[in-house]
Parts: sequence; C-alpha cells; structure tokens
Amino acid sequence: MKVLIKNGRVVDPASGRDEHADLAVAAGRIVAIGRVPADFESARLIDASGCIVAPGLVDLAARLREPGHEHEGMLESELNAAAAGGVTSLVCPPDTDPALDEPGLVDMLKFRARKLSLCRLFPLGALTRGLQGEVLTEMAELTESGCVGFSQAEVPIADTLVMMRALQYAATYGYTVWLRPQDGCLGKGVAASGAVATRLGLSGVPVAAETIALHTIFELLRATGARVHLCRLSSAAGVALLRAAKAEGLKVTADVSINSLHLTDVDIGFFNSAMRLSPPLRQGQDRDALRAALADGTIDALVSDHTPVDADAKTLPFGEAEPGATGLELLLSLALKWGGDAGLDLPSTLARVTSAPVQVLGEALGSLASSAGRLVEGGVADVCVFDPSATWAVNPAGLKSQGKHTPFDFASTGTALPGRVRATLVAGTVAYLSPAQ
Amino acid sequence: MLSRRNPQLNAHGELIHLLSIEGLPKAVLTHILDTAGTFLSVNDREVKKVPLLRGKSVFNLFFENSTRTRTTFEIAAKRLSADVINLDIARSSTAKGESLLDTISNLSAMHADMFVVRHSESGAPYLIAQHCAPHVHVVNAGDGRHAHPTQGLLDMYTIRHFKKDFSNLTVAIVGDIVHSRVARSDIHALTTLGVPEIRAVGPKTLVPGDLTQMGVRVCHDMAEGIRDADVIIMLRLQNERMSGAMLPSAGEFFKNYGLTDGKLALAKPDAIVMHPGPINRGVEIDSSVADGSHSVILPQVTFGIAVRMAVMSIIAGNEA
Amino acid sequence: MTTLLLDAEALYAELRDGVRGLIKPDTSLVGIWSGGAWLAERLQADLGLLGSHGVISSTLHRDDFGERGLASGTDPTHLPFAIDGRHILLVDDVLYTGRTIRAVINEMFDFGRPASVQLAVLVDRGGRELPIQAAFAAARVVLPVAQRLSLARQDDGRFTFSVEDDR
Repeated sequence: MKVLIKNGRVVDPASGRDEHADLAVAAGRIVAIGRVPADFESARLIDASGCIVAPGLVDLAARLREPGHEHEGMLESELNAAAAGGVTSLVCPPDTDPALDEPGLVDMLKFRARKLSLCRLFPLGALTRGLQGEVLTEMAELTESGCVGFSQAEVPIADTLVMMRALQYAATYGYTVWLRPQDGCLGKGVAASGAVATRLGLSGVPVAAETIALHTIFELLRATGARVHLCRLSSAAGVALLRAAKAEGLKVTADVSINSLHLTDVDIGFFNSAMRLSPPLRQGQDRDALRAALADGTIDALVSDHTPVDADAKTLPFGEAEPGATGLELLLSLALKWGGDAGLDLPSTLARVTSAPVQVLGEALGSLASSAGRLVEGGVADVCVFDPSATWAVNPAGLKSQGKHTPFDFASTGTALPGRVRATLVAGTVAYLSPAQ
Repeated sequence: MLSRRNPQLNAHGELIHLLSIEGLPKAVLTHILDTAGTFLSVNDREVKKVPLLRGKSVFNLFFENSTRTRTTFEIAAKRLSADVINLDIARSSTAKGESLLDTISNLSAMHADMFVVRHSESGAPYLIAQHCAPHVHVVNAGDGRHAHPTQGLLDMYTIRHFKKDFSNLTVAIVGDIVHSRVARSDIHALTTLGVPEIRAVGPKTLVPGDLTQMGVRVCHDMAEGIRDADVIIMLRLQNERMSGAMLPSAGEFFKNYGLTDGKLALAKPDAIVMHPGPINRGVEIDSSVADGSHSVILPQVTFGIAVRMAVMSIIAGNEA
Repeated sequence: MTTLLLDAEALYAELRDGVRGLIKPDTSLVGIWSGGAWLAERLQADLGLLGSHGVISSTLHRDDFGERGLASGTDPTHLPFAIDGRHILLVDDVLYTGRTIRAVINEMFDFGRPASVQLAVLVDRGGRELPIQAAFAAARVVLPVAQRLSLARQDDGRFTFSVEDDR
C-alpha cells in the first residue's frame, strides 16, 4: 500500500535529519523523504501537521505474557498497545510460561506476531533450560528461530561457574547475553534499602545487590570476552561501575526503565502496590544519576519494562504483590518528559528509544540492522507520527494493554504526560491511527 | 506525585481508622491518651460497660496468631458493649485460597462495623481500609514490621502516667528494632510528643544506620545506650533471628544487650522498664528486672485495654 | 428580638436558697460537667455541707454518639462516695431537652443504686424531649432553638451566662 505522510517535521536521530518534509511509503519501504514525486498516488494520506515524523520506537524490554496467557488474547492486546505507543519493534524476555528455551516456542511466537502485523517481535532466548541456571540452551538453534540474544530475565544464576560457561559459549558465536545485575541472595527484598523501607517496615534490597552483581559480570566479561547487555540499571553506584567498565573497553551496553528514570522510593506512599517494581525504586540521587547517564549515553537505551499484572496479583499487601507495571503506551511520553526536564533537543531524546536500542541489538537484527530505528530512503517503513505538544491524562481503563497498573495514572499523579501518538506504521502498514486522524 | 491525604483521617482531620502513628498530629495522640484516662476509671467501676458501641459488630481479623492481643481487643470492645466476632483467618478461607479482599467483602456483607486486623505483611491494613465500605473502621493490631499503633499509644500512656512530662525525657529502645513494629510505632509517638532524646540500642544486624532518619540516635553499645535513661523499652527477640544469620545465639545477645540489674544501674534511679510482651526471660530481660520495682510491664497491660477502648470509641464516632 | 439579660449571680442566689430547702442531712450534691460542677462546688461550700460533692459526665452514655462522635476534652466522672442507698441531688446550669440528664442518670446507675435522685437547675429553658423535670429551677426562659445557653465562670469565680449560636 502506498502511504503519504504530509506536512510533518521529520526527525531521524541516526542521520541528524531534522526538517519539514513529506514522507512517502510504498511496498513496506520508505521511498522518499522530501522530494516526493508529484505523481505519487497514495492509498492513504496522513496529515502530520504540527507533528513529529520519527522512526518507530524500539523497546528493548516488553513482556507480552505469551506463551502462557493465550486464552486472554494477550499477544494481540499487548501488540496493539505497542502500536498505540508508537513502538514498531520490541524485545521480549524469555520468562514466559513455558520459558523460551525451545526453538519451536520461538517459531510459534514469531509466527503469531507476524500475522498480526502490529509490531516486530524480537524474542530473547533463555540462557539456560527453564531458566534454571544449570543447563545451557541450544543458542545457535534459538538464534536461527529469531532470538536476538540470551537472558535469564529476573532469575539469577546462583552458580558462577555456570554463568562463566554460558558467557563463554555465547561469546563463541558472538551472541549478546542480557543480564539483570542483581545478586540472588541480596536481592530478595521488596523495596530498596533505605530510610523509606526502614520506615515502612519493608524488607530491603541493598545497593550492594546491584554492585556485587556488576562486579561479578564485569570480571566474567574480562575472562571470557563476551558481550553483555545490562538490564534495568537502578543505582548511582551501578552507573559509576558501568561508566568505568565502558571506559575500560568492556563490551557492555545498558538500559534503564521508565520507572527508575522518573520515580523514587518515596513514591511508594502508603504502600501503593503500583510501585512494587523490580528493580525496586531507589532514592533521589540514584534517579538523578540514571537521568544523567541516559543523557550522556553511558546508559544506551530507555525501555518500558512493560509487565502486565493481573488485578488479583496487585490488590495484595505490598510485599505480596507481583512486581511490574504497564509501559508500552507510556514509553514515548516518558522519554519526552525526561528529555524536556534534562534540556535535551528532540533528536537526542528520541535517539534513546530509536537508534540507540538498534545499536544495542547490532548484528542480531540481521538485515534490519541498517534501517530499523531510523528513517532512511530505501529502508523499512517503521514510522511513528506524534504530536509533541499534546498532553494526555493516563487513564488505566483507556489503555489498550491488559496491564492496567501504572505509577503514572493521572488519578495518582495529577500530572498529564506530554506527547500523543497519531499514527504508527510497521513495514509500511498502518498499525495504529489515533481516533482524531 | 499528588500529596495523598493520610487515609486515617477524614476531610476534617478526624480519626476514622488507626493504621499507624506516623502522620497523626500531636493533638490527635493527646486526645486518645486523655480519653484513655476516662476509660481507665470505667475499668475500676462495678459496671465496667458503657454503651458507646452497642449494636456495633467488631470483627477481629487475625491473619497472624496472637491470643494476647486479640483478647485485649475483645475485652475492650465488649466493655464498649460491642458484639465481637473472632475470625481465625490463618486456618480458614485464605488457606483455601480466598483472596484477602474477597474475605473483606464477605465480612462486610455480614454488616461488620469495625475490623481489628493483624497481618504478617507491612501495609495490609491500608489495603483493607482502601477497599472496605465507607462506614467501616479499621484498627491495625500489627502489620508486619511496620506498625502496632495501639501498643505505641499504650506505651505513651504508660510513660505519661509515670513520668508526666515528655519534653525532658531520655528513652532507650533496646533489641530487635529492624523487625519491630512496636519500635516503629513507639519512635513515631515519642517524636510527635516531643521527647528530645530517643536511642535505638542493639547490634548492627538488628539496628540499621538509616534509623536515624526517623529521629533516633543509634547506639550499638548497651551501656552508652541506657546511660541516664528515664525509660527503657525492651523488645522481644524472636528465634528466627538466629536462623537468619543475624545473631549467633540468644546467650550472646543476653550478655551484650540483655537488661540485668547491673545494666539497669546505669539508667536514672527512677527509670521505668517496659516491654510489649510476651517476655523472654533470660534472653532480653532478666527475671529480677522483669519482676522488680522498676518494671511497669503489668500496668502496661491494664493501660492497653483502656487505650484500645479509647481508640475504638473515637474512630467509631467519626464519619469517613 | 431583644437580647435577654440573665444575671447569673442573682440566679445563683435563688438556686442556693431553693436547694437549701430541698436537701436533707444525708443528701449528696452531684454537679454535671461543666456548669453544674462549678455550681455544686460553690453550693457545697456556701451551704456548709459535710463531705465532698461529686462531679459527673454524660459523655459515655450520650445518645448522640453516632452523629457527633466522642466529645473531646472529657472531664471524668468522680463520685467520692458510695451511690448505693444514697439520696442524690443533681445540679446543672441549663435544663433543655432532658437528654443530658438521662445520660447522667445512666452513668450514675453504673456505680450503684441510689435511694432517690432529684434535679436542681439554674435555668429551665423548656423544650423537653424526654419526661424529665427539675425539682427546682431559679428561672424559666424561652430561647430560640438555634441558641445555646451555658454557664461561664470568670477568673475571679463570678458566674455569667454565655449565649451562642448553635452550629
């Protein structure tokens, strides 16, 4: 189908392009940016006046809960949520039910996602069978099925020998291992250690849980030459270690979640279980360090950490509630909010959710690596059109995701978020069009 | 984030639930203590009942067992002429998988007016208060490590009874503070009532440094902690602490942090010794001290009934 | 409507004389907080009665607990004598609906069974909602429903009346 996006401001962080131009799409690819031939007849016209025309967002962490929740139609609802959030590619962790440790499961998931044509799905394979931390998975087979990396999700590997072997094996093929830097024993608490957890009587997760894990990971990187992506950094001390590791030349990248970027432990308030998150929300100085690190590129990407949680699993006392919050539909707005607060220009802000995540994925994206997360003539037409000056009040009932729990809902915060997606294209197909269009 | 109104107070600043001492103005605490004084005199009469809660149903929801606390609440409610129903939740519906909120909804359908809740998870009473019907009042009888507000109040009543003036006291709280909801409630009450010197005494595994943010001085040396203290509150040491690698043995704890006559001599000559009970003799406190002239452990129990009567009658009379 | 000027001291003198006529040698005075308690205290002295007077609170037996909650600043009941078999004279400043008297009588019966209970008040403003009566009232007035009348005691011990609009 031929689509013409007219009158928008095209912003492509990867190339530095920032200009008013029309964008023409045909056969799933961008055929022209500006200089659109006069005889281009589009089947669909999108008026992007007053809007930004950006690459579709690339979210490196979004849980879709499938396999495991097929009967709830989770894949469809969550991919619709992605499209509504302007996300055209997402990476999902392997902690599904069953875990993504078999090529057949990955094939099925990718097949079903492709049929929906709402968002590109890049699964992470389990690093060990069943995430048990004992036996390696068939990483080569899983990569052939479409896995872009290997992960333990939230499950720590207790045995450092196994972890080293896993990194060595992955390094053989150049696969990236995605790890949550959290020590298994120290990480059992429900809130970040500190004055708030002490006052509320909640078991704490000390910063050492993150820094000890980072030290271990970096030592193993030095020993194995593997490449690691660190998932969901949460502390200033962690940021400092990451900075030193990058300066040293270790092959490491990192992301931070929208929650850790904007919230602190004080936001737990009166035991609000919407704030029950993993990693737990830390203190103000940690948030400030994360924000600065994302701005200077020490932390490469911003992720939604989208985790739909059942209402029954959240209306429980704080310590018993399941951690997680919905995020796909908030990623863009929270990126813009952070960028605005940090005084960054729009391309720099958008880079953290478009071109930078693609660089993290690197060769794992295969042929897509050259055009995903960017707007380039001849490249794939994954586009997000959004109005940067619109604001919206987050209302859980109005979200497309089945995950209705978010710390950012208007009823709690009283604050509307900036930026509204007007249209999302994936491979040239309109995956989302806002009712106003 | 929007500042949220303390869920314990209605729009007029009146107490409708008692969930935690934190966030309650001094005037509210003082009102409860004064009212408790009135009920103390009721307990000395021949007719120990007053009709304030007549026709009301008080449900004791104890998700965590405690015969002692439950009994004092039951006595207090009955002296206010309320109907009391005891629910042994640990063995009933939630064990069968009924969710906490389903349990509350079912009980509300039985026309409960007040829930007295004890739960092993910090924050559980807040969840209950948020989800129960508007006319239902919630009293926290202890949630996880977070709060035990009626104990905090009766401890303050005890201190006021024996020491009169809060503004020139030194109070030492000794023992497993990091796991103690009693300690947290005591600390909030003492700071709100203006006690100038509050010390938290114990080993580093049981007394974390960030307690200072609550307004206390952390002491890891017992002698330094109780020197010249007017009030010493000893906390119960639970056996789990040994298995959690926080302490090697009860014996070593007693040697360094147990209250003996010798250590007591370091405090003021007229110091009072308190304990929320039940006491572990020879672990946190020596028998001679527990039974001695400085101990006010038994009066604490008596005051506890009056304080609970005060709390229940105050909140029952205020609308959400 | 003209403001009513009540001379509390003058009315007290009437009350004192009226009470003198009511009491027997074994009658005990019990004043209802707070106006009645002040009156009882002064009556006990002025009439040269033996023993001590009692003070009693209606707080724990009021019938408006559901609407108004528990009153703050509760002054407690203190009865320094046995109630069983005693002749009691209740003293209050203003008698109105009669509900306070009902609550106070209930409170008293929690302590024992009196031989008899009589009531003497400074002002009876009518408007009874229960079958309660005073054996002696120094004055009878009618006031608008929206106005609250109560006794005040100055620093020098002098009595005055305060009239407030009820909220």
